Amino acid sequence: MSERLGRLEPFLLIAAGGFVGAALRFAVAEALPAQALPWGTLAANVAGAFLLSLLLYENRLVGSLGPETRLVVGTGFCSSFTTYSTFAVETAALAGLPGIGAGAGMPMLAVANVALNYALGFAAIGLGQVVARVLA
Amino acid sequence: MTDPTLLVGLGGVAGALARHLLGERIEEATYDTLAVNVIGSFLLGVLVAVPVGSDLLLLAGTGFCGAFTTFSSFAYETVRLAEGGYGWRAVRNAVVNLVGALVAVGLGTVVAGLL
Repeated sequence: MSERLGRLEPFLLIAAGGFVGAALRFAVAEALPAQALPWGTLAANVAGAFLLSLLLYENRLVGSLGPETRLVVGTGFCSSFTTYSTFAVETAALAGLPGIGAGAGMPMLAVANVALNYALGFAAIGLGQVVARVLA
Repeated sequence: MTDPTLLVGLGGVAGALARHLLGERIEEATYDTLAVNVIGSFLLGVLVAVPVGSDLLLLAGTGFCGAFTTFSSFAYETVRLAEGGYGWRAVRNAVVNLVGALVAVGLGTVVAGLL
């Protein structure tokens, strides 16, 4: 019985992190309504990238957190809190893709959405690394 | 109507587990992230283009597709490539994820139109 729980443990950790990550992303999107740009997805992607970077660089530099923390916080929470599909659909909607776009496309806003997610997302990875080094 | 947070959370559980199971089958980390991002974007493209109802959209769209795909792992892997001196591969990874996901969304809306 305990051996079975041992093999199931990674899945339980990922499931718990996945539940909280997705639900919190939804809460952030509700709190930050999409005006001009979908700010909720941007906030989740940047914050989640920072937390994942902090976790993974801590693992590389110190390694005090253990594999369970990486599963629940990294694979579970961060990866479910952040999203590429919603980012892609929102970008396509801004560009006015037929079927999902709300009328006339605004290509500059679509470009701005990609630029902000990419620039701030990569910067958040760099910042996570810096903070992990300071804490190490 | 079911509690929206519960629907999104349950979809998130399935999305996170499916991403983990797919990732274990693909050796190269950037390729498994690309795979989930493109597949998840296609599914979300279908879901937003057909009138599925708000409960199913929260469960399968915001929950499952949102959690199945990931921006944080994509950003981490891209920066790691650049740090490792593979600048061109980092740029290629960033572009291929973006173009792949946008094309998948477009394809999803086309498929939705045929349903």
